[in-house]
Amino acid sequence: MSEFVLEARGITKRFPGVVANDHVDFNLRPGEIHALLGENGAGKSTLMNIIYGLYQPDEGEILINGQPVTIRGPHDAIRQGIGMVHQHFMLIPVFTVAENLVLGAEITRGPMLDLEQARAVVRRLSDEYGLHVDPDARVEDLPVGVQQRVEILKALYREARILILDEPTAVLTPQEVEDLFRIMRGLTERGVGIIFITHKLKEVLAIADRITVMRRGKVVGTTTPEQTDERGLAAMMVGREVVLEVEKGPAHPGEVVLEVRDLVVEEHGVPVVNGVSLQVRAGEILGIAGVQGNGQTELAEALTGLRRPDRGTLILNGQEMPFEDARILIENGLAHIPEDRQKHGLVMPFSVADNLVLCTYYKPPFAKGLQRQPQAILENAERLIEQFDVRTSGPLAPVATLSGGNQQKVIVAREFSRPVRFLLANQPTRGLDVGSIEYIHKRIIEMRDQGVAVLLISAELDEIMSLADRIAVMYEGQIVAEVDAAEADKTTLGIWMAGGEKESAAATLA
Amino acid sequence: MNPWRTLWQNNRGKLIAAAVLVVAVFAAYARNPQIVEAVLASSLRQSIPLVLGALCGLIGERSGIINIGIEGQMLLAAFVAFLVNVRTGNLLLATVSGVLVGAVLGFFLAFMSVSLRIDQIIGGTVINMLAFGLTGYFYQVGLVTKGKFTPIAIPGLADIPVLGAMFFRNPPLTYLTLVLIFVVQFLLYYTPWGLRTRAVGEHPRAADTVGIDVYKMRYMNVTLAGMLAGLAGAYLTLEAVGSFERGMTNGRGFVALAVMIFGRWNPILSWGAALLFGFATALQTQLQFMRAVRIPHQFIGMLPYLLTIIVLAGVGGRTRPPAAVGQPYVKE
Repeated sequence: MSEFVLEARGITKRFPGVVANDHVDFNLRPGEIHALLGENGAGKSTLMNIIYGLYQPDEGEILINGQPVTIRGPHDAIRQGIGMVHQHFMLIPVFTVAENLVLGAEITRGPMLDLEQARAVVRRLSDEYGLHVDPDARVEDLPVGVQQRVEILKALYREARILILDEPTAVLTPQEVEDLFRIMRGLTERGVGIIFITHKLKEVLAIADRITVMRRGKVVGTTTPEQTDERGLAAMMVGREVVLEVEKGPAHPGEVVLEVRDLVVEEHGVPVVNGVSLQVRAGEILGIAGVQGNGQTELAEALTGLRRPDRGTLILNGQEMPFEDARILIENGLAHIPEDRQKHGLVMPFSVADNLVLCTYYKPPFAKGLQRQPQAILENAERLIEQFDVRTSGPLAPVATLSGGNQQKVIVAREFSRPVRFLLANQPTRGLDVGSIEYIHKRIIEMRDQGVAVLLISAELDEIMSLADRIAVMYEGQIVAEVDAAEADKTTLGIWMAGGEKESAAATLA
Repeated sequence: MNPWRTLWQNNRGKLIAAAVLVVAVFAAYARNPQIVEAVLASSLRQSIPLVLGALCGLIGERSGIINIGIEGQMLLAAFVAFLVNVRTGNLLLATVSGVLVGAVLGFFLAFMSVSLRIDQIIGGTVINMLAFGLTGYFYQVGLVTKGKFTPIAIPGLADIPVLGAMFFRNPPLTYLTLVLIFVVQFLLYYTPWGLRTRAVGEHPRAADTVGIDVYKMRYMNVTLAGMLAGLAGAYLTLEAVGSFERGMTNGRGFVALAVMIFGRWNPILSWGAALLFGFATALQTQLQFMRAVRIPHQFIGMLPYLLTIIVLAGVGGRTRPPAAVGQPYVKE
């Protein structure tokens, strides 16, 4: 019997143009939590997809309990006792919990599905592992935290001894993260080995037994939480020292730049933004915290001219603005970092230079009458690429060829190089590596210090807490609480984000 | 969750309307039994190819494949069944060949949409054009069939007033269809195959991660479903008409899709919808025959198609099709 329940030896996987995994060694002991840490594109997902059988390695081998195995697909992986909880849940939304549990490995009575039996299994596993789920609930009606439990139950039902959790905390509130960690510890006590994939350093230090860091397809090293700290891990991930704490001075709020009154956005007759009123002053950052899908997207779309709200008033610089007219807003000093940069921020097949004038192409110096001025557009691009340190093969390269971080820099360069009074940054660092996050954060603080009113929407509570001067919490389309950043603490914010009452939040504090 | 209860909860309005209709039919029966029995029996006959087409469509869509080639599958199957009947005079053999033609065309649709990942609407159109072209080209006037299926009265049941005439004095393919409706309902909601089929149509990647072969399921289901469209074609030539003519499906394959949507991708509800359309057709014929209303017959003839438009405009937006329908699945 081998010491390791799972061992990957010398795994190499090449894709056209990149080596996604370069002689990667990785192993897992029974009952341990082994964190796999790395930036986007470091090769974590590739390695897990190989272990789960979705890709075949070009070189190297996988051993289960010391025996070499070939895993041709999820079917083989399940048979080898490997379960995976994907970042985007693999559940059928219209099925019940019990139906999702047995799908693909159904319990039958004669030719018929035995759902009664399936319900009993849900109850038994729920009790055994302390994961409480109603077997008859439809998955689409469940909060994400509970859906995640269903995914874990699926793996347990298939008797997984190795559980891969791919970025499991990305969609959870802080309380749900605590719950998940409790569940994970319960699983390890029963001998399940867990591979925990993440890029959140604090979580790794809180729960992992061992930590392996990957960078650019290679394993940089393996360590333990006792031997390292956040700084050390960040340096391993990025390959250099990184400033984790955002350095910012006190805010000096000026006059009100943006005012929203009683904004209502309905979708299919249901209000998704339900009577939001807020003010943002020059020189301050108002952070909107909340679990994704609580109306933040619709709020941002209404404030940037992309969607007509059903009710409400938008006042910019003391003037009432029309809705659903992005150009008027932009000409009145709006800058927008959209949530989905590839869909709403850039025209992917266009060149970097064209993307840099998307808001201003019709005005001098970029146009003269009906004619575009390519020379001016090119000079503008060269200047901004230099100034914002965009890594590109040239101003005429299609923006689709840039990395995520550099695409975001193109947007920042375009938006920040105009006269700006109000900046709406929606999930500005989602999916970016530590280095790019550091850069974007610095730029946002700079904008604030230049007297811009900033509205920051983010599902990352850490980001809100380190950048914002005031924090509003959005839940089910409403601002349920607003506090000064200095007085905010994570627990209280988490309770608000989950829809808890202000009083009960105060009670937990006391 | 109990599917029967869900059925009632989601369709209260429709089921109540159906009950009212039944009461109205009995009231009319009291006044004129012969005509009511004739219209009802005709409604059922008209509903058979529609419900078969709808079952074909819904098995495909539940697995994620839109099938707008039902019309073509029916037509070519009707033609081949007719030819086999002309040559051999064996009705069973003719039926089987019609069913096989439906299966072959279903397999072809699966090949185009699963393996070649062609736009499924175009794939279906290819099948329709193929069927119209082939049947139009090879059809010869003057071929005479050797008989057709005749009604078999079920002893005892056939004498029940109204229902007897409607349900228990029918030829064999009608009985077969009535059984198939319940079989498909059972398979779809009570068996592992049904669970997997619905999973593949809702979220194929999720199905893949639990070890279900999405491609295999889609190939298998669209082929099996094609057999039902083939049966509908055989029904037309071997049981309803007894002969073949160019374009004889007359849009039934498309009306079947409306029936499927109106029936919320559920076999039994689709049968209810098919009966409603069959009733419109039967009523239309009866009105023309009786010269009861002074409206030009062309307008009365529009009734079933008008109903299609109203139904699709009325319910189309509010029902929820399977989430992954029409999207080719690409493995990672």
